[in-house]
This record gives sequence, structure tokens and C-alpha cells, in this order.
Amino acid sequence: MINRFILEKRLKSVVMHLILLSVAATCILPLIWMFSSSLKTQDTIFSNMHIIVSDPHWENYREAWTKGNFGAYFLNSVIYTVSVVGGVVFTASLAAFAFARLNFPGKNIMFYMFLITMMIPIPGSFIALYVLLQKLRLVNTRLGYILPQINAGLALAIYILKTFFEELPKDLEDSARIDGCGKFGVYWHIAMPLAKPAIAVIVVFNAMAVWNEYLLAMLILSSKSLMPLQRGLMVFQGAHITRYPLLMAGITIAVVPIVVLYLIMQRHIITGITAGAVKG
Amino acid sequence: MKVRILSVFVFLFFALTIFGCGNSDTKGKPDLVLWHWMTDREEAFLELAKRYEEETGIKVSFELYAPSDAYSQKVRASAQTGTLPDIYGLLAEKRDYAAFIKAGHITDLSDYMNGFIATNKDDYAKLIKKGFISDLTYDMEQKFKEWRRIFFKKALEVNIFPEGNQWGVKPGIYGVPIDVTNIQMLYNKDLFKEAGLDPEKPPKTWEEFIEAGRTLKAAGIPGLVSGWGEIWMIDCFASNYAMNIMGKDKVVATIKGKVPYTDPDWLKVFHLFKEMADEGILAPGIVAMVNKSAEQTFANNRAAFSFNGSWCVNVYRGMNPDLNYAAIPPPLVNKKNPMYIWGGAGASFLINEKSKAKEEAISFLKWLTYEPQQAFLSSKTNNLPANQKCLVDIPPILAQFADDMEITTHPSILPASEYSQVIEFFNKGIQSIIIGEKTPEEVAAKVQEVKERRMEWTKKREARKKQNN
Amino acid sequence: MKLKTDNNILLKDTLQNYLFVLPALILFATFYIYPVYKVFELSLFEYDGISPQKYFVGLGNFKDALGNSIWWHSMRNAGYITFLALTFQNALALLLALIVDRDIKGGRFYRIVFYLPPVLSGIVIGLIWNWIYDGNYGLLNHWLSALGLGKLARAWLADPKTALTCVGIIHMWRGFGWGFIILLAGLQNIPRELYEAARIDGANSRGIFTRVTVPLMIPVFVLVMILTVLGTMQIYDLIVATTGGGPGYHTEVPITRILAAMIGSSRFGYACSLGLIFGVVLLIVSMIQLKLSKLLKQT
Repeated sequence: MINRFILEKRLKSVVMHLILLSVAATCILPLIWMFSSSLKTQDTIFSNMHIIVSDPHWENYREAWTKGNFGAYFLNSVIYTVSVVGGVVFTASLAAFAFARLNFPGKNIMFYMFLITMMIPIPGSFIALYVLLQKLRLVNTRLGYILPQINAGLALAIYILKTFFEELPKDLEDSARIDGCGKFGVYWHIAMPLAKPAIAVIVVFNAMAVWNEYLLAMLILSSKSLMPLQRGLMVFQGAHITRYPLLMAGITIAVVPIVVLYLIMQRHIITGITAGAVKG
Repeated sequence: MKVRILSVFVFLFFALTIFGCGNSDTKGKPDLVLWHWMTDREEAFLELAKRYEEETGIKVSFELYAPSDAYSQKVRASAQTGTLPDIYGLLAEKRDYAAFIKAGHITDLSDYMNGFIATNKDDYAKLIKKGFISDLTYDMEQKFKEWRRIFFKKALEVNIFPEGNQWGVKPGIYGVPIDVTNIQMLYNKDLFKEAGLDPEKPPKTWEEFIEAGRTLKAAGIPGLVSGWGEIWMIDCFASNYAMNIMGKDKVVATIKGKVPYTDPDWLKVFHLFKEMADEGILAPGIVAMVNKSAEQTFANNRAAFSFNGSWCVNVYRGMNPDLNYAAIPPPLVNKKNPMYIWGGAGASFLINEKSKAKEEAISFLKWLTYEPQQAFLSSKTNNLPANQKCLVDIPPILAQFADDMEITTHPSILPASEYSQVIEFFNKGIQSIIIGEKTPEEVAAKVQEVKERRMEWTKKREARKKQNN
Repeated sequence: MKLKTDNNILLKDTLQNYLFVLPALILFATFYIYPVYKVFELSLFEYDGISPQKYFVGLGNFKDALGNSIWWHSMRNAGYITFLALTFQNALALLLALIVDRDIKGGRFYRIVFYLPPVLSGIVIGLIWNWIYDGNYGLLNHWLSALGLGKLARAWLADPKTALTCVGIIHMWRGFGWGFIILLAGLQNIPRELYEAARIDGANSRGIFTRVTVPLMIPVFVLVMILTVLGTMQIYDLIVATTGGGPGYHTEVPITRILAAMIGSSRFGYACSLGLIFGVVLLIVSMIQLKLSKLLKQT
């Protein structure tokens, strides 16, 4: 009887790990392929599909770095990502807190208005946005690139955070109020720490969107000194010729910071409520 | 957590204030700004700009915006706000080209091209004095009195709006081609040998082509590969054969709505695709293939024929330097008519009518089309030069492409233009024929239906417009 | 007198509340309302996006759009992929999130790995999947024939029977990581004591799932579902990287149609009207989902 129980449990765990491992494999293999491709040459990259490269061309990385002018673009992308993510978290959490926990006339209408921004696709409004930025004298400035992206990330972030703020236990808020916290105090000392998993998710989503953003940069920026990282990758993709090994090396370089950021953030996704509750 | 969030905001504030308000590096302000989308030529362009600055002291800034979709959006957005640069390229059909001219974004160059305006003599003199290009001086009078003569005739054609053109644009020459291109049939000599075909005797007629395809198929070698997931590549192939089968005039008559797409000659065109599909000559999955995948396939000896443009020489050289292949015009169907191939200017630069440095821009483009610069561009990028005097040192395979420049044509130079919805239906319909989903007859009927609907729609709209005025 | 101060306090309180939404509101008003207003305005004109002249056509563009069967076909294609994503992709994401939510061996490893596909660049995804699906030298055909199923081999992306589903599979593979981390964050937010309490009450693991996890997760489920719908309906770059909308119209989606009208045939006003119709459809679908979630919450 007990043996059967254990056996069943074992079997269950084996099946579970099999599922996990096979899904994990499909997630890792492309990355490995990308990495091994980055060490090949243009004429072997598609003729020799082996993952293990016998004579790795490490110099691809150096060439990609210099040809793609990554040094300068990298810093730009960091500035954009930090600014946009910071801006989104700050403005969205304030608004979401108001939508979830405070009362004021027009609340619902405003919330749905924000939601709508997620739903009307950008293609039509791209040129209108450019005209607007031109009027605001923000074309070819960092601010002109940052602000629309904060706006673009807002709706999703407000929605996610509202969902999380609404689930906060009311008594925590009450006890904080008794301790003399104002609304802002509750937001800052109770709501934000408790929403840490959601904030981590928002940081990851937005950071990735900004890091990979490219079209808007092409539209709004023209000085090379303002361009983000993705501009560097473009160098390897001609209208006709794509220099695949350099491109793969470039993409690998570009992907590392995002993966590292995710590594840091996923810990916050996990250490959710318990840690937060103690602190609060 | 708190400290970290705080530090993020401090940094944010820092970042916005320090870097926020634009870039103020005005000291290196260029005299001319040029926008383009040609990533693969960026390096060569920058090198040329440097030379030009050394020679004339005029600083030209090449600004690259790629890929082409992003570039198109940028150009359109800038046209809206009147912020186009001095020189730019346009990736558009002739209809949009016309709209740009009408909106006053493009300068008419015909007087410069035809040598009626010689203001740039000063610049020549300057260049000569600086000891630049001695070979330029010897027949300057003859050669450059008429700028247009240095170009392949076909290269200029796409930039010309003739008298009485269908868009109502003031006749003129509006762009400067910097290179030319055309699209042809390529075949793999090694695979020919493998299948027992004579690698020096490529098919000349459609029958021979089908026969070769059968032989290849028997040997287990895929026949034709091309980027027919991109509908314009299908359009190239189909319009080549339409012109071969029925002649240019009938094609134009069809576009004008005088001949229906259900005409037997058009059915013949559709049937060519069915025949290739039925005979198993087309590489599997050809209808969902982007051209870059098709190029990978051909470069790795995985298909015997490829339908591709002259840029492919460069692509194949990178992917497989040992690829043993040659270029031929597509095999003839109708032996009485000549074969036309798609081609013309690869890229052209236009001058902003509103630019404050128009004359400088014209001088620069003129310089760019002189032999030394054209030779440099051609050797660096392996594109065919627009200047026909520069064809001396090109690789033999490129020469095969260059030889056929005279038989090129392009929808943009026809005296009529088809609705883009009809073109889309036409090419998507051919995809359906290839996968056996629709018959040529069904597709022809459907294309004609769309065509008639569009004509009706336009007529109504025109009538209403007149009424409103 | 007292009433007045009360009113003052109330007013101040409300104004304070507005202060919270103000920054978001300013951004929204500047960067959203104007462009969307412009799109709406242009949708009433026949306009090529270049010429200085526009021609007012009233609702003519909308009439054309509503009567365009290809447009609705593209909508249906996107709807089909959305359906796949809602069911299979989200089920997988939930399953994985549930497993990883427990303390299992290697949990951290999986947590990291499952989020890798969304990180991958579209170019890499296009190259790899084109190679898998290729008709001649594709991995999938290779495996099938190794398994003795060579008959099933085909050019997966060029066959109208399989093309859309194959694109859907790539989309789901790429997208499940998003759902996974949102769901995981939601699961992590459930206080562990609730599980303990349920266990003490004698609930088995299925009971815990239906009585504790599901009710608490409903808002997160709805969130993920809405995001799935919005994300999938607006699928675009994947289509461009794999099929370009072909063969025929079998993998056309709304965004490819909007861009075809805007850049392909320069019917700018018409493209704007397509965008608005698309937006309204998405809006209605999302609103229905939100309403459903409210109903679910009440029961």
C-alpha cells in the first residue's frame, strides 16, 4: 500500500520533470543555436548546422562590437530603458493605486480610457505621433523618444498593478492608517512593497520592450549619438546581404543584459507576499 | 527596496536633465544631409562622403534608416511636417513618387540632366584645380554637357515623367540613379552535371526549361527556387512572361482596362505556373519563402534554378564562394517576341525642392555619378553602376547581368499603372495556383472581377469629386 | 460652518486622489488623444498620406472596410491563432506555473528558462522555425521520416492546411513565457497560510486548487486572457518573418492588412478606418472578458 503510494508519487514526479525538461529544451536550444552560429562564418552558418563549432571565430564578437558601434549605443539603451521603466513604474503605480483603492468621480471612465490605449493598434497613429513631436520640438531628442514609450507601457502596467492592488488585504491598510500613514504613505509603505512581484513583472516586460524597440527610434531620432542598441544590429542586415554570424554575435551581446535583468527580477517575483508583509 | 527605487529615480532625473534636451553638437553641422536605407552600402557611402569633403570642403552627412519599412515611414512622416533632408531616396511605386513631386518635395532635374544649366562648371573647375580625377577633364565637354548621357538609358527611365504622364506630373527628370539592377534566371552548373545535363547548354526556351526540370526531378534535385513568398518576386516573373507572350502593348492595354485578365494570353501566363507546379519543378514551399531563404537554398546547392536579382552575386559569394553558376534570361515561351526582364535603377536619390542647398546637392549627386565614385561604389558593394562607362572591372557573372540591361523593363516605366489591389490579387492568386488550390481560370476571373470593381469605384469617386467642385 | 470644512476636506481629499492619476493622465492626453484623434479624422478622408489635398468621404472608408471579405478573413485568421493561444498556450503556462510554484527540484532553473523565448529576437525565431518547417531540408520532415511517417512530410508553411496552425504554434511557443511569469507572480501572491488551512480542513491537492487557487486567481486569469487576446490579435512580425501572409491569403492578419493599405497601396484614410474598426473589435472583446470576470467573481 505504502509502496504503491510512493511509487505513484515517484512516477508523478518523473512525468512532471519530463514535461518540464522537454519544454525547457525547446527554450534553450534556440539560444544555443544562436550562440554557436555566432562563432561560425557566413559560408558555414547554413551549410554546417552542428551545434558544436570546431574552429570558433571568437573575433566575430569583437567585430560585431566595433562595427555595430555598440559602445555608444549600449549606454543610450541603458539610459532609455532605465528612464522608461522608472517612468512607467512610477506613474502607473500611482494611477493604479488610485484606481484600486481610492475614490473620485470619473474613476471608472478614466480606467477604461487607459485600457483602450492597449487596444487601438499603433500603425495608423505613427505618423500623427511624429507630427505631434515635431510641434513639441521633441523630434531627435531623448525625451521625445522616452515619453511616448512611457505612455505606451502605462496601460498594461496600470492594469496589472490594479489587479494586484485590489487583492491587498484591507486590514493592512487600516492598521497603517491608524499608525498615521496618509494616502501616499499607504501607497509607498504598504501597497508598493506588497506588489513587488507585479512590479518585477512590469519591469521585465517594459525593459524588454524598450531594449528591443527600434521603429520608434528610427522615426524620432536622427543623430547617431542618440540611437539605441538595436540600431547597431541593423548594420548587419542589408536589404540583400545579411551578415549572419556578426548578426548572431550582435544579438547575443544584446540579449545578455535582458537575461541578467530577468535573473535579478525573477527573485522578486518569487519572494512575494511573505517577505513584503514582514517589512510592511 | 526603497533605496533601490529611490536610486532609480535619482538616476532617471539625472538622465533626463543631463541628456534630455536634444543634442547640441552644432559645431560639426553638415552642409548637406542625405537619408537612405541601404545598409550594405553605408560603409562605401561614408568613405565617399569623406573624399568629397576632402576635395570640396563640403560636408555631406549620410544618415541610414533601415529596414526599408521604417525608412518609408520616416520619409512619409517627414514629408508631413516638411522636414525632409536635402537629398533622400524614395521607396515607393511611381504613383507615390508622383504624389511627392506634386506635394513639392522633389526637384525637377531635367535642365541639369540635359545640360541646359551649367552652373556647376564652377564646381568642376574647383575639382580639377584640386588635382582631382585627371581622367575627368579630357572629354568633359562632350561627356558632361549632358549629364544624362553617362547613365544607362534604363537607369534614368524610372525617374522620368514623360509628357502627358498618367499622374499629371509636370514632365521632367526627378531623380539621380546611383546603380542599376535586373532580375534573371540563374542555374547551378554542378547540379546540371549531376543530373546529366550539359552545364554549358542552359535552356533557351520554355520547353527546354520544363524538360530540364523533369530531368532534374528524376535525379532528385529540386528545380526552381525563388522568394515567391514575397509577392513582388512573383510579379516579376509573371510580368516577364506576360510581355513575352502578348507583347508590351497588350499588357498596357490590359492595365488600361481594354483587355480582360481572362484573355487567352493571360490564361497562358497563369498556366505557366500551373505547369511548373504540376511537373514538380518548383522547390517545395516556394510560395511561403522569403527571398533570403531562397538565396540560402540556392547558395547551398539545394536547387538547380533560381530566379533572382543581380544583387545575388554578392549574397552567394558570401554564403558559398565555390558556387558554380551562371545567369541567363528566362527561357522564352513565345519565340516571336523578345524576352523582357525586370530591372532599371536600383536606388535613386532625389533632391528636396524645399532644400536650401539645392545647388550643392545637385553638384554632389553629379560627383557621385562620375566614374571614379561609381567604380568605387560598384567594386565595394558589387552592384551594377548606373554610369555605363564603369563596367570594365566587374566580375564575369555581374557582366552577364549587365549585358541584359537593354532588355529590362519595369512597371514604373509603362504608360499605365495597375491598381495595387489588383496586383495583390494577381500574385496571391498565382500562389493559390501553385499550391493547387485554384485553377488558372478561377484566378483570372477573380482578378478581372477585382479590376472591374476598382475601375467602377474610381469612376464613381471621380464623378462625385467633379460634382463637389 | 462645520459642514463647510467637511466639504473642504472632502474636496481636498478628492483633489489629492486626482493627484495620483495626474502624471499618467498628462502623458495619456498628450501622446494618445491627439494621435488617435488624427487617425479618426483621417479615416473620414480619401488620402494618400503624401498629397496636400484630402478628399472628404464621410463614412465611405468604413463602408469599404466592412464590406471587404479579405479584411474579415484576416480577422478570422488572427482569431483562430488567438483561440489556440487562449487554450493551449495558457493551459501550458498555467501548468508550468503551478508546478514551479511548488518547491520542486530545479525550480529556479525552470523559472529562468521558460522566459527565454520571449527574450529571443524575431530574426532568430524566424530563422530557426523556417528551418524546422522547411519543405526540403526541414527538421520536422526529417524527424517524421525517421519515425516512418514520411507521408506526412510537407512544406509546412506553404500548405494552406497547415500554414496558419504552424504560425500559431510558433506564436504560442514564443508567448507562453509571458503568461507563465504573470501567473507565477499571481500564484506567489496567494498567502501560503490559506493552503495550510485548507489542508488542515482535509482538502486534497485538487480540492485546494479548485477552492483556494482558482477563486483567488480569477483576476489574474482574466488579466492573462485579455493580454493574450490583445497580443495575439495584433500578431505581425512573426507573420512577416515566416509566411508574409501567404500562401494566398491564408495567414493574413489585421495588422498586415492595415500596413498593406497604408504603405502598400497608399490608402491612408482607409488604413486608418481599418485600424479603428480593429480597435473597436478588440475593445468589445476585452469588455466582454472583463464583464465575465466580474460575474465570475460574484459567484
